[in-house]
Amino acid sequence: MACIGSKGELTESARKMLTALEHPASPEDVAARTDLPLFRVRAGLREMAEAGLVELQGASYAPTELGRSLLAA
Amino acid sequence: MASLLESTSQETLHPTATLAATASLPRLGSPAPDFEAVTTHGKIRLSDYQGTWLVLFSHPADFTPVCTTEFLAFAAIAPDLRKRNVELLGLSIDSVSSHIAWARNIKDKFGVDIPFPIIADSNKEVATLYGMLMPGESKTETSRCVFVIDPTGIVRAMIYYPLTTGRNTDEIVRLIDALQTTDKHAIATPANWHPGDKVIVPPPSTMEDAEARTKAGYECTDWYFCKKTI
Repeated sequence: MACIGSKGELTESARKMLTALEHPASPEDVAARTDLPLFRVRAGLREMAEAGLVELQGASYAPTELGRSLLAA
Repeated sequence: MASLLESTSQETLHPTATLAATASLPRLGSPAPDFEAVTTHGKIRLSDYQGTWLVLFSHPADFTPVCTTEFLAFAAIAPDLRKRNVELLGLSIDSVSSHIAWARNIKDKFGVDIPFPIIADSNKEVATLYGMLMPGESKTETSRCVFVIDPTGIVRAMIYYPLTTGRNTDEIVRLIDALQTTDKHAIATPANWHPGDKVIVPPPSTMEDAEARTKAGYECTDWYFCKKTI
C-alpha cells in the first residue's frame, strides 16, 4: 500500500486515511471511517508514519504538516 | 525428536527427510510465526491482522493453470470470508511485479478482481518459516498450504495439498464456520458438519458429568456420544 505515487501525490487509500484523521484516531477508528480492512489501515498508517505524513500520539495517529499539505494539494 | 532418531534407522528415512527442520514449523494451538513481508498491498506484518481471522495460503507459481483456478475460487469466497471477519493472504516465491501482472491478467482474461494481498516471498523467508516448501515435490515452488490463524495469532488449522491438486475453497469456509462455532459455543463439530447441523457435546471428564448429561436433554447415543442443536 504505497502511500505516495510516482509523481509525489497521495495514493487513493492514503488520501482516504488522512482524510479520516481530521481528529487523531486509532487504526480501528480509521478502518471504521474509511471502510478499509483493519490490516490495510495498520500497514498504511505505519508506512505513512515512516514517510512523515502522520505521527503517533499515544494510541492515536494524527497528520503532520507534510501530511496536511499533501492532502490539500 | 531425539527418541525418534534413536528408534528409526537412518536407512529407512526418505532421502529428503530433514527431521531437524520440522522442529520450528507451526503447530496447531501455538502462536503463528511473525513476519513482515512485501505484498501486492505494500509491506504487511502478521500482527496487522490482530483481531481478525487470517487464511494464509501459498501457491506454487503465478501464471500457472491450477493456481489460476484456485485464485478465482479464493476471490469468489473472499466476500463470504469477510462477513466472517476473515482475511485472505496469498504467497508464492514470485516477485511482486509477477504477482501484479498475474492479478491483472486474471482480471483481463476472467473478469475477476483479486481482492487480497499476495506476498512476494522471493527470498523464501516466510515459506521457510511456515514449512511451505516440500523438497520432495519442488525445491523452488511452495506447495498448496493453508494456515488458519485466529484473531489472537494462534494457528488453528493447517491444510497441505500437493502441487497437482487444487484446493476446495468450500472446505475452507466450512472449516472457518466450524472453528468459529466451536469458539462461540464450546462444542465440537462432527464429520461433514455444516452450519445448522447438530454439534457434538464434548465428552464428560468425570463420572458426575457423565451422569449429569444423561439428564441434560442432549441427544445421546451413549454417555460419551451426545449431540445438541445450537
